[in-house]
Amino acid sequence: MVAADLRTLPVPVQEALLEITDPEIPVLSIMDMGVVREVSLDKQHVHIKLTPTYSGCPAMDMMAVDITRALEKRGYTATIKLVLAPAWTTDWITPSGRAALEAYGIAAPLDAQSDKFALIDGKRIVKCTQCGSTNTKMVSQFGSTACKALFQCEDCLEPFDYFKCLK
Amino acid sequence: MENKNENLIDYLLILGDNSLILGHRLSELCGHGPSLETDIALTNISLDLFGQVRSYFQYAAELTGGETTEDIIAMKRVDREYRHTWLVEQSNKDYAYVIGRQFLFDAFHLPLLEQLVNSKDEMIAAVAAKSIKESRYHLRFSSSWMERLGDGTQESQQRMQTAINDLYPFTYEFFEETETEKLMFETGIGADLKAIEPIYRQTVKDVFAKANLEIPTTPARKTDGKKGIHSEQLGYILAELQFMQRAYPNMTW
Repeated sequence: MVAADLRTLPVPVQEALLEITDPEIPVLSIMDMGVVREVSLDKQHVHIKLTPTYSGCPAMDMMAVDITRALEKRGYTATIKLVLAPAWTTDWITPSGRAALEAYGIAAPLDAQSDKFALIDGKRIVKCTQCGSTNTKMVSQFGSTACKALFQCEDCLEPFDYFKCLK
Repeated sequence: MENKNENLIDYLLILGDNSLILGHRLSELCGHGPSLETDIALTNISLDLFGQVRSYFQYAAELTGGETTEDIIAMKRVDREYRHTWLVEQSNKDYAYVIGRQFLFDAFHLPLLEQLVNSKDEMIAAVAAKSIKESRYHLRFSSSWMERLGDGTQESQQRMQTAINDLYPFTYEFFEETETEKLMFETGIGADLKAIEPIYRQTVKDVFAKANLEIPTTPARKTDGKKGIHSEQLGYILAELQFMQRAYPNMTW
C-alpha cells in the first residue's frame, strides 16, 4: 500500500503537501509519514484522505488545519477526510522519512519481529541515534508521544526516542 | 422505533463508553503518576482510548443525525445514559488498583477487538482494526506491571492482591449479554461474548500465575452498567468530565 501519488497534481498542490510536517516530529513531512492516502482535484478544490497514525493522535487535527491553510495560501480550497481503513502502519514511512527521523534523534522502527525482541524481551538491538551503539535499553514502552518508546544508550548514556513498529 | 439504527447506536455506546470512562480515569493521573515513565504510559493509554471513543461517537453522531455531535454524545448525556461497565469507573485508589483495573479491562478489550475486526459493519471493523494494535500494547504494559507488583515485594504483592480482590468481581459484567449485544451478535455486527469469556479467564489465569496472585473466588457483583445503572463513582466522574460543556454550552477550543 503506497501513499498518494502527487506527480499528476499541479505543482502548488504538491508543494503545499510536501511542506506540512507532523507538529510533534517537525522533520517528518506528512508525505514521508505515509498518512496522505489519496489526493484528487476538482478544479481549485482538493479532496484529501488522511489516515491517523494512532487513534488519539492530537497531531492529526493540527495537520488537517495546516494542509487547509497551505492550500488556501496557494488559491485552493480543501476537504479533508479521515479514513481508518486500511489502518496506518510504520511500513508506510518512506526511506527518506526514516533517514530524517534518525538524523533528528529518533530511532526508526525495526521490523515487527525485532521490535518485539527489543520491547518485550529487552534485547539490545535498537541503535543509539547519538553514538550508534546497540548497547541500549528500554526505559519505557511509552515515550513522549503515543508512537514512541523511550530508550537509553548504556555507552554514551544519552536517552533517545524509538519509533515503535506498528503493524 | 425512533431511529432505525437505534440498536447499532446503543451498541456503539456500549463499546465506546468503557473506553471513555476508563480514559477519563487515566487522565486524572496526568502529572500524578507514580513515576515519570508510568505517568506518560498511562496518559498515552488514555489518549488511545479517547481516540477510539471519538471514532465510535463520530459514527454514532452520524447515525443519529440532526445536531448531534461526538461532543454532545460524550458530554451531554445524563448518568443513566452511560453504558460502560462498573469496573472502568472504579477510582484510582492506588497504583495497584490502576494496574489491576487496566489489566482486567485490557484482557477483555483485546479479544473483543479481535472479533470486531470481522464485524459486518465496515466502520466498526475499521475502528477495531485500528484499535487492536494499540490494545496489544496496553495489555503488554498492564500484564508486565501485574507481574512486577505481584511478584515484587511483600508489600506490593499484598496491595496487588487486595486490589484484585476488590476488582475481580466486576469482571463478570463484561459477559452478561444485554439485548442489544445479543441482537448485534446475531446480525454479525457485534462480538460473541460467550466465546470471549474462556479466552479472558485463560489470560487472567496465565498472568496471575506469573504474578504470584490468586484468582479471587468471591462471587460476581450484580451490576447493570450496560443498562445505565451505575455506582456513586460516576457522579464524580461526570462532574469533572462535563463541567465545561455544562458551564459553557457548545463551547469549542
